[in-house]
Amino acid sequence: MAERTISWEPRNENEIIGTDVERVDGLEKASGHAKYSTDVNPKGTLHVRLLTCPHAHARIASLDVETAKKVDGVKSVHVFPGREPGLEIHFQGHPIVAVAAETPGQAAEGVSAIEIEYEVLEHLVDEFDLAGAVKTGRAKPLRITEEGSIGQAFAEADAVVSGFYGIPSITHMCLEPHGSHCQWPGDSELLVHLSTQNVSGTPGQFAQPLGVDAANVTVNCEYIGGGFGSKFSADEWGVACAAISKETGRPVRLHLDRATELQIAGGRPSGFANVTIAADENGKITAWDSHHWGTSGPDGGTISQVPYVIVAPNRRVQVTGIVTNTGPARAWRAPNHPQACALTDTAIDDLAAELEMDPLDVFKANLDLTWNPEIYAGEIDVGAELMDWKNLWQPRGEWEEGGELHGLGMAIHTWGGRAGPGNCTVRVNRDGTVETFAGTQDLGTGTKTVIAMTLAETFGVPLSKVKVNIGSSKYPACGGSGGSTTVGGVSGPHRRAALNALWQIFDLVAEKHNVEADSLKATGGKIVSGDETVCTWDEAARLVGPMGLEIQGKGPEDDGLTDQQVGGVQMVHAAVDPETGVVRIVKYVAVQDMGLIINPVGARSQILGSMIMCIAYALSEERIYDEVTGRFINSNLKDYKLPRIGDIGELVVELYQPDSEYQRGVVGLGEPPVISGGAAISNAVANALGVRVPVLPLTPKHVLDAARNA
Amino acid sequence: MSKRSTPSRGGTSFNRRDFLKGSGATVAASAMAAGGVPTTAEAAIAQKQAVAGPTKVTLNVNGEDHEVTVEPRTSLLDVLRYDLNLTGCKDLEDVSVDGADTVIIDGKATYASTVLALQARGKEIRTVESLRDGGQVDEVVSCFVKHDAMQCGYCTPGFVAATRAFLDKNPDASLEEIQQGLGGNICRCGTYDGITRCALELTGKGGA
Repeated sequence: MAERTISWEPRNENEIIGTDVERVDGLEKASGHAKYSTDVNPKGTLHVRLLTCPHAHARIASLDVETAKKVDGVKSVHVFPGREPGLEIHFQGHPIVAVAAETPGQAAEGVSAIEIEYEVLEHLVDEFDLAGAVKTGRAKPLRITEEGSIGQAFAEADAVVSGFYGIPSITHMCLEPHGSHCQWPGDSELLVHLSTQNVSGTPGQFAQPLGVDAANVTVNCEYIGGGFGSKFSADEWGVACAAISKETGRPVRLHLDRATELQIAGGRPSGFANVTIAADENGKITAWDSHHWGTSGPDGGTISQVPYVIVAPNRRVQVTGIVTNTGPARAWRAPNHPQACALTDTAIDDLAAELEMDPLDVFKANLDLTWNPEIYAGEIDVGAELMDWKNLWQPRGEWEEGGELHGLGMAIHTWGGRAGPGNCTVRVNRDGTVETFAGTQDLGTGTKTVIAMTLAETFGVPLSKVKVNIGSSKYPACGGSGGSTTVGGVSGPHRRAALNALWQIFDLVAEKHNVEADSLKATGGKIVSGDETVCTWDEAARLVGPMGLEIQGKGPEDDGLTDQQVGGVQMVHAAVDPETGVVRIVKYVAVQDMGLIINPVGARSQILGSMIMCIAYALSEERIYDEVTGRFINSNLKDYKLPRIGDIGELVVELYQPDSEYQRGVVGLGEPPVISGGAAISNAVANALGVRVPVLPLTPKHVLDAARNA
Repeated sequence: MSKRSTPSRGGTSFNRRDFLKGSGATVAASAMAAGGVPTTAEAAIAQKQAVAGPTKVTLNVNGEDHEVTVEPRTSLLDVLRYDLNLTGCKDLEDVSVDGADTVIIDGKATYASTVLALQARGKEIRTVESLRDGGQVDEVVSCFVKHDAMQCGYCTPGFVAATRAFLDKNPDASLEEIQQGLGGNICRCGTYDGITRCALELTGKGGA
């Protein structure tokens, strides 16, 4: 007798969940038919170009837009609110005027015609120079925390190591720039195609400044070209786009140009740290003392979570923020964690070198200082086997092969990933098809596919019978896609709604066929009772009546469908060319737990993508400001170095899924695997080179400088 | 991933420099530097007369002729996206180094933003949309889906077009040749592993 409790099927009884399913919108995406906000261009759409501030710190001295209005094709010259003489601007790229015209070229001509003068003020864009920031009053003491007694612990330690580590600011670099297409189908009715990871949360952000009712704003986003944490907001340029559309009575498209995109619409805070760490002769960490600083832009914040995962019993942590004239930070996939890991697990690796121990043994010796020793121990063993760590590992600087220096490095991470808030309406149609409506979005993680799989599994029908409607604020509200909350946030409500619908259908089937409702199961397109087929799914669906059956689902609930908190271990084999300083990833292993895995192929893609993002920020990617001019000098795709297809090496993904993981329920995955790669790559390079390259990215220059200074 | 060392059967090596040479980038730059005076025989033929202001041109896209009105400065990318609603090729709002705007011109993978609409007259232009025509799905498209060689999907159509053009010329390419040949495209989500697997599978089938 099946009981009517909300749960997932036992692991071995699933037909779809846990199998590799191609993403349901894969063909649309791969063939270029998927429409992103940039691709919505109904006839008559006006194009916008922005005038932005070229200075890092300035005051508007004068502004005259009259000549721009006379430029051929220009339909609107929109001055952003408050942009008037006297306004102080704190970073390059700050938008001042939006010009809308019939063609992009005419809009650009309009921008050129604007007359603006600035009073240029003194700037600071150097996020690294703590002493300089203190001298100019740009350093903000944020906090000092202390636990236990570091003085005594350092005095009693067998090894004490001091080091300097750093990870600079990077940007999000969404390939689809921030922006929207806006039109007004009615006088007070606004339709926005917004590139957003927050479909349900953004209508109000348009309504309030525009003075219209949120009920009259529709935000659609069926596809989004990258977000990574930077696209939760309507943003003032989104509101400007809607305002220009209202003013001109025309559809308007406003997306940031690439330089502005990098200057103002993405940024991950930096972290630099002086660390002293101590251990006993067995590698057991006893004390941690650090002072870290960095910037989140004009706010002068920096990062948190130091020390990371392995938390010494005796510790002191001092934090200083630097107020810089750089673009403001936005949440970047796993906020704080990659930086904290790059400042912590590098120090632990240096401690292992000082103790002449294999760092893998030092990490293992300290797992009782983590939140879950068991999960890390299991994952380290799996990773070590995949990497053949115990056979390959050599002490620092001792592995030379084919003219290259080789080394291994590892690091560990954690993330919450609990289910976010979500609602859905699931409809079973009389012809046996199933539909759902949910105001969530698919960042590329495969949200649509996960929902389709959940429904198909629950109703025992093929995926072709399921239609998933997401990406509109007019559907039942769901949380933004951030913090790895989406898969749990949508699978829970859909499982609940589908089970409730199924139980109603079972009651109808039981009555018609004179069987016990609690004995029924939906599987393989049939309703079965024990070994007997009672009817087909389509016959059962016909019993729901002409209007179909509609059931709402919500979440999160405390019913065991979802859980939170994961670990994760990454190991890297890197090779360094001692002549050029070029680092090559030979092999990179990621072992990741994530509770119940709905679509393994999607999970693997998330992890592979994270590993490549780690390679990016570990080896090549950084935001570079020129100290003299205060300008972001690599704010383009040519100079902002991302890896290309030949730069990634062999990537090995291991989905860590003992039965205990399945039983936890669903946990989000987006953030965790993007965290520890930076530290693991840095540790592998230190192992190869025999010396730490202190600051990421490990560019040839940084590598050669470190080798020379050794 | 396994390393294939079989030499290219087609005998045509493909690298990024050739790719850039083949794209319109250099042609466009020299024509503009000379203030519109044609600098090569090819350009002279293409530009028999100086063009100013909006002009009607006919472009052959996906096997059909389309008459569109363009300014001399209008890029092929803008015509495809705004006039023909072929938005598979993307505009990353930057100088072209990213490949999201890749189309196939006379068989060559080309950045559509580096070609002026006027330069594209008389050429055979194929966009990624042509690789899925109703139920007819090109093997590169279905192979990208099979290997989940996409996440957000914004760079994906450009990669698909680049892969199609690359495999047409290099049906039996090695891993190294694939990495060079597809090095003109950027993905931010990190889908290179799936794309590599896809290209390797297709070279195993002679470029399919």
